[in-house]
Parts: sequence; structure tokens; C-alpha cells
Amino acid sequence: MGSLIEVEQQPDKQGFLWTRLDELVNWGRKNSLWPMPLGLSCCGIELMAMIGPKFDLARFGAEAARFSPRQADLMIVAGTLTWKMAEAARTIYDQMPDPKWVIAMGVCSSTGGMYDSYSVVQGIDMILPVDVYVPGCPPRPDAVIDAILKLQKKIERERPFAELFSGDNLDEGKGSERFVRAPNQGNPTTRSHEILAPGGSVPTEGV
Amino acid sequence: MNTLERVQAALAGLEFQRGTSREGTLVLELAPDAAWDAIRRLKEAAGFDTNTFVTAVDRFPAEPRFELVWQFLSSAQADRVRVRARLEGTDPHVRTIIDLFPGAAYSERECFDMFGIRFDGHAGLKRLLMPQAYEHFPLRKDFPHQGIEPDRLYREWDRARRERPVNQGLPQGPYGS
Repeated sequence: MGSLIEVEQQPDKQGFLWTRLDELVNWGRKNSLWPMPLGLSCCGIELMAMIGPKFDLARFGAEAARFSPRQADLMIVAGTLTWKMAEAARTIYDQMPDPKWVIAMGVCSSTGGMYDSYSVVQGIDMILPVDVYVPGCPPRPDAVIDAILKLQKKIERERPFAELFSGDNLDEGKGSERFVRAPNQGNPTTRSHEILAPGGSVPTEGV
Repeated sequence: MNTLERVQAALAGLEFQRGTSREGTLVLELAPDAAWDAIRRLKEAAGFDTNTFVTAVDRFPAEPRFELVWQFLSSAQADRVRVRARLEGTDPHVRTIIDLFPGAAYSERECFDMFGIRFDGHAGLKRLLMPQAYEHFPLRKDFPHQGIEPDRLYREWDRARRERPVNQGLPQGPYGS
């Protein structure tokens, strides 16, 4: 059973053979996403409900949850990611073989949510390239299923063969290995320095 | 013999100030150098055999800045005593008590993690809650409320990504890496 969303037709620039092959590969990829569930807090419970029989993610081919990153190609970060866990999450992501995608499930992993705190990553896009964000605290299983359908639609637009043989990076929407946000550029989380120390600089390095 | 008499008998000859906390616990304030000896005497002579916690208070603009707090419980007498010592803001350090109370190791690690207070003689003094590469101490009063991003984590990841060996012989596509 395919995706419920119709295939979006792409402008035919890469020739008949590669586009047909791309479509075949994308069809295989999008209908057999193997998620790596990273259940960090309450979102993890909704994730289990989503995979279970009531919401039945198997309808969309993504029910084979793998607990080894080597066998997974979709990472679902479900819950509050702390900076201590961020090291492990980044390692898990690096261990997943290409091609790989990331879903940020819930407001905590999308933006930090209500945890505007030193210990919580303010959005996992600080450390991982995210493909789909799901709002909600926690989101309903339907919302995450919708995110997976959106990701399937996104995968349909990728051009793996054309990229391989032409050398151009055509799938610009795909999560890359690069940091989405460069290390600490325009750091918003240090903005309360001035509030704390009017008229004087506060040492924060090396103290 | 009440708590105060036991403590005074145990600490005879040591210089300390005493007070009472809001909830009625006996509080002793000592010089940081004398704290370890006083805690040993409290354990051996006054029967305070359980370390409840080790923590610190940051009185930021004031000097000495840090107030280290140990609390002890006597399981026989069911009473408590609290020991305090003031530490300087630059390079705060105090002798560890894990040779007296091994269970204090985690409390001291947390105190180091949050306040940056070193415990001399603590062999495994590393961060407990924050990532090891973090460079700041979050519970200090001059730490911003919303935190500081761990720059060193980013730098280490960035370096690891750049130094990762690249498979030169294969095309660098979705099937190449």
C-alpha cells in the first residue's frame, strides 16, 4: 500500500531512465522507513501508542522499530533532549547509515518547549538536521503519523540517482551531515548577561 | 545530653560559631581548613553517622562567596547538625569527606558540577549532570538564567566530523558513504 498522498510530479530534467529509477528507489525507501525511536520522555509513550495496534503505523510501512541505529533510517526524537543526552543522540545519528531522516516529535525536541533552561537543548536542530517537526505536548499519534506521511512526500522529491551520477546536490531538502545551525552563531541563550550584570562584565569563561 | 552538649563535647578545642536554622537545626560555622577535622569528630565522638547532603550556596557579590553546607544525621539520637564553611570565589576548594562518608562522593560531584567547587582528595571528581565538555557552572549566580550553549561540545563534534576518514575510491552519493 502506497502513501495516501499522490506523487508530486517533478520537472523532467534528468532524463527518463534516472527519474524512473529515482522513483523506484524512493518508492522503496518511503514505504519501508525503519524508525529508530529515541523516546526521551512522555512523547515516547505516544510513540509506542503510534506503533501499537490501535494507530497501527504498519499501514504506512514504518512499524519496524529498530533499537540499533545501524538498522534504522528514520530517527524519531521523542521528548526532552538534555545536553548530556545530546552527546548520545548525536552519536546515534552518526551511526545510522545513509540515507537517514529525523523527525522532531513534540515541542521539547522542536524548540526546547517549556524547558527554557541551561540543561535542555533548545531544539534538536542545534545538533541534528531535522526533516519534520511535530508540535504538541505530547503530540497525538495521528500527528506523528501525519509527520511520517509528510516525510514520505519529502522522500518522493529526492533524486538519489541523479545526484549520484550528475554530481550535483539536487536534494536540497534532505537532512545533511552539516550542522543546521553553525556552532553558537547569534547565540540567543546568553542574552541575559546584560540583565545580570549592569555596567560590568561577568566572567563566564574559565571560572 | 542534648544535641548542643554532644557537639560541644566533641568539638572541644575547635573554634566555631553556632546558630540555629529556621527549622531548628543546630548550625556550626567553621573555617574551611577546620571543617574536615570537625566532621571527623562529629562522626566519631558525637555519633553523627549519616551524611544527608553536601551542597553549596552562592552569595555572589559577597566575599567569601561560596558557603559550603554539610548536613549530618545521628541515627541513634535522631537529630541533625549542619556544618557550614565559607570559601573564596577564586579557586574554591575544600577537603573531601569521602574518606569519612563514602556516600558523599556523588553529592560532592554534583556540587562540583553546579558550583565549580573542587574537593581535594576526591579521585573521581567529574561532572555528574552536565556533559563532560561543558565549561560553565550552572548554579552560580552569575550564570545566565537561560543557560550558555556548550561551545566545546560543538567544537568537538565539528572536529570529529571533519577528521572522519572519507572513502576516497567510491562516489560520494547516497550509496557511496
